[in-house]
Amino acid sequence: MNFLNIINQLAEVDADVLDRLDSRRAVFSSLGTVAKRSAMAATPMLIASMFQKAYAGTNAGDPVEIFNYALTLELLENDFYNKVKASAFYTAAPAASQAAITQISKHEAAHVALLQKVITGIGGTPVTNVTFKASTFATLTSFAAQLQVAQLLEDTGVRAYKGRATDLQGIGDVTITGVGTINPLESALRIHSVEARHAAHIRIMRAQTPWISGSGDLDGADNYKGATPESNFTQAGYNLTTAGVITPGVTYSATDVAAAFDEILTKAEVTTLVTPLIGA
Amino acid sequence: MSTKIISSSQPQMTDLDQPLYTPIKRRSFFMYAGATAGATALILAGCSKSDSEPGIVSLGSGNLGVLNYAYALEQLEAAFYAQVVKTPATDFQTGELTYFTQVAMHEAIHRDFLKAAIINVAKATPIMDLTPNFSSITFTSRASVLGAAKAFEDLGVAAYNGAGKLISVTDPNGATYLTVAGKIVSVEARHAAYIRDLITPGSFAADDQVDATTGLDKSMTPVDVIMTAQTYITQKLDASSVGK
Repeated sequence: MNFLNIINQLAEVDADVLDRLDSRRAVFSSLGTVAKRSAMAATPMLIASMFQKAYAGTNAGDPVEIFNYALTLELLENDFYNKVKASAFYTAAPAASQAAITQISKHEAAHVALLQKVITGIGGTPVTNVTFKASTFATLTSFAAQLQVAQLLEDTGVRAYKGRATDLQGIGDVTITGVGTINPLESALRIHSVEARHAAHIRIMRAQTPWISGSGDLDGADNYKGATPESNFTQAGYNLTTAGVITPGVTYSATDVAAAFDEILTKAEVTTLVTPLIGA
Repeated sequence: MSTKIISSSQPQMTDLDQPLYTPIKRRSFFMYAGATAGATALILAGCSKSDSEPGIVSLGSGNLGVLNYAYALEQLEAAFYAQVVKTPATDFQTGELTYFTQVAMHEAIHRDFLKAAIINVAKATPIMDLTPNFSSITFTSRASVLGAAKAFEDLGVAAYNGAGKLISVTDPNGATYLTVAGKIVSVEARHAAYIRDLITPGSFAADDQVDATTGLDKSMTPVDVIMTAQTYITQKLDASSVGK
């Protein structure tokens, strides 16, 4: 990574960065090659912590940690679809199904590339070596079985992004080399809705409702449970199925209320769900 | 006049209620301008777009502006699908009306929830019940309905994607608002994907909507979204202060 680029990018969000780093830069320029290399390896942590400092008081989380969390999921999805595309079941699948997988796969690869640039751009080190465990993939002995996992991955991805949105809230725009100026929360939301489009299409391919209606063949899986399960019908403290709770004389069904809102998963919950899928 | 933005399952408020629900200053002029002017306002509110100027509805500023913005869009979507269900396209295919009935409920729930959240959580007065203008939509035609539905859903997704960053955390409820917006937008994206697939199979996340290089969905500012949505709303909306 280019250290000076990152300093310049930081200056976009923290005008004091250049002043504060001035003496440190002088130190780096006087170091020998080997020392410089090791210093550069250590700088992401320094920059990441300064990035944090620039946003003190926004209630924001660590953007590097959040985007690496997102990247982990995207790498897993990306590798999964690559494995699907390389399988005999995909080759035998209808053209429309192949096209859908290709389009989804294209987006996951784009998300990986984008997140890697963003993480590097804000001074972090992108996670690597996240692949869908080959031995688990081998147990998917039909295209239908592969699509089942695709649905779980996509619906879980939607919930995972949603669960971290507030951690990115209040963080200002950043300028990323090769990407441009972005707002971290906005970018995450723009990935999030794409995952929801993917999830809807995979569900349609599987003859399920595009939304999580609770009656689907997989809707009972752990991926749809959690501290706030997809069956939840309480929003902002209001049980929306209570007669007249919103509008006098109007009662909404639990199915409609639950389907009208997708729910979050915490990082711990997502980690529990996806860790068994990650491996060589 | 055009169809009111209230689902058929909900008690209909009369047009006479409208000035009472109007929070903005321009409209409040009528309340202070004497009975004659007030009565004129009531008459105008009952007229079609072509022969009245109902005034400008400000969505407001800050987080309340964002909530009103979402509420306005959900009013529009809910009214649209209520009409779709009420007068289904004659050429709907098997299962489509069933799904549109579900979508209509989702949107009605979004609309009513946002209104309740504005009143009970934000402790504020929501914007008035808007009057849709669906004159450009032929509800008996599947193609016309799907085209409009796609426009509404993709617009809704882009709107929520652009509005998230406008929700301020200096408001103690800011995190709640963002979380709820996140819970709604992915359902809108599911609707959008479904409708796109009905129009052109496999277009759920086509390159015209999702950037092929970055894999990012669209994001739009409130002013741009309202400019597009305005076609379908009788009242003139002002989104210039949303999130500011």
